[in-house]
Amino acid sequence: MKIAMTVNGKSVSREVSDNTLLVEYIRDHLRLTGTHVGCDTSQCGACVVHVDGQATKSCTMLAASAEGLAVTTVEGLAKSKDDLHPMQVAFKENHGLQCGFCTPGMIMTATDMVTRYHTQGKELTEDAIRVHLEGNICRCTGYHNIVKSIADGASKMTTV
Amino acid sequence: MYETNFHKASTAQDAAALLAKSDDGKILAGGQTLIPTMKQRLAAPADLVDLSRAEALRGVTITKRKKMGIMKADGGETITIGAMTTHAEVAGDTELAKVCPVISGLAANIGDPAVRHRGTIGGSVANNDPAADYPAALMALRATIHTNSREIKAEDYFQGMFATALADNEIITAVSFQAPAVGGYGKFPNPASRYAMVGVFIAKSVDGDVCVAVTGAGDNGVYRHAGLEAALSADWSTTAIEAIEVSADGLMSDLHGTAAYRANLIKVMAKRALV
Repeated sequence: MKIAMTVNGKSVSREVSDNTLLVEYIRDHLRLTGTHVGCDTSQCGACVVHVDGQATKSCTMLAASAEGLAVTTVEGLAKSKDDLHPMQVAFKENHGLQCGFCTPGMIMTATDMVTRYHTQGKELTEDAIRVHLEGNICRCTGYHNIVKSIADGASKMTTV
Repeated sequence: MYETNFHKASTAQDAAALLAKSDDGKILAGGQTLIPTMKQRLAAPADLVDLSRAEALRGVTITKRKKMGIMKADGGETITIGAMTTHAEVAGDTELAKVCPVISGLAANIGDPAVRHRGTIGGSVANNDPAADYPAALMALRATIHTNSREIKAEDYFQGMFATALADNEIITAVSFQAPAVGGYGKFPNPASRYAMVGVFIAKSVDGDVCVAVTGAGDNGVYRHAGLEAALSADWSTTAIEAIEVSADGLMSDLHGTAAYRANLIKVMAKRALV
């Protein structure tokens, strides 16, 4: 079946089988390999993208269900190679990654939680960051620097 | 994942018609259980009917209770939640948080943020996972499950592990219940999956009836706990909970905990639900 959607602001359309996962559509058909598959069992969060502005595990959604929707992947955050998104800068500056495999999902989850908290006018505390990282697993950092990165990125996202 | 034929339905009626045409069709709600199950090839429906664009099945409606005389009792509002309402939408509904905060809190703790953005109350209720949160809530709140063909009382609806009163091709459209005068949910989440190892939902209706439902513990899914209901009806206190014996008979034993451990957790979670 033909599936069309908007990915990182661009209209795309591909002929795929009905059982194609959104992550397969993004990685295999669009060749946007920034979105990762870590566990394939919906637990690790390396595949998190935004679907109509909401953090979503792209390994747990069919591409067909995203027909007509707006998807943002980690590739869609930075304006250019030299002009990273504030959350990407924060991860870089706070040593928020080691191997980097989980990072795309971490950053997409992070920008989602910051946007939600800012919209609701709530303060994103360290505890809240940890609670909202529930669905993202990192096997290197022990999370402390990821939490620090998100807090830093959150403060920069307000001023941007 | 095995091959499947994808269909989109914009109403429950459309979905029912599509299911009727298939020998082995299944509704795709939020897909947060069904997609992983299909990926593991534990489910292989020939046809999938996606309800995610069925806007009429989405949203929370609250009907205020008429105040009688000068007495102002808390609770009693009729709350209707559309089947395709996501956990995030239930958790984030500010009006619902005012009249039934226990449901908001329960929804806010299901899975993780990404799962809550897709997972729906209808999907959870249709699946009736023995460790899911919503079945305990709906059982204790004496909710009504609305389908495309009838209304089913929660007590008749939940029929054991993954078993429900839903007939073939019957589709949940909404759930409704009265906001309790007092309601609480105590959940001991499994440290890895965050499903309830034991979850106890306690509700006292505006008429003073006490209902207690337990999820995650019973070896045949969600159930009402007569002992806790009797104790709390007589004395609404943690002391009353402490005084009763919770039997381990009929409770699950697995790698996460023995039946005796779960029996103890039922008391502990009941106390947490009360305070």
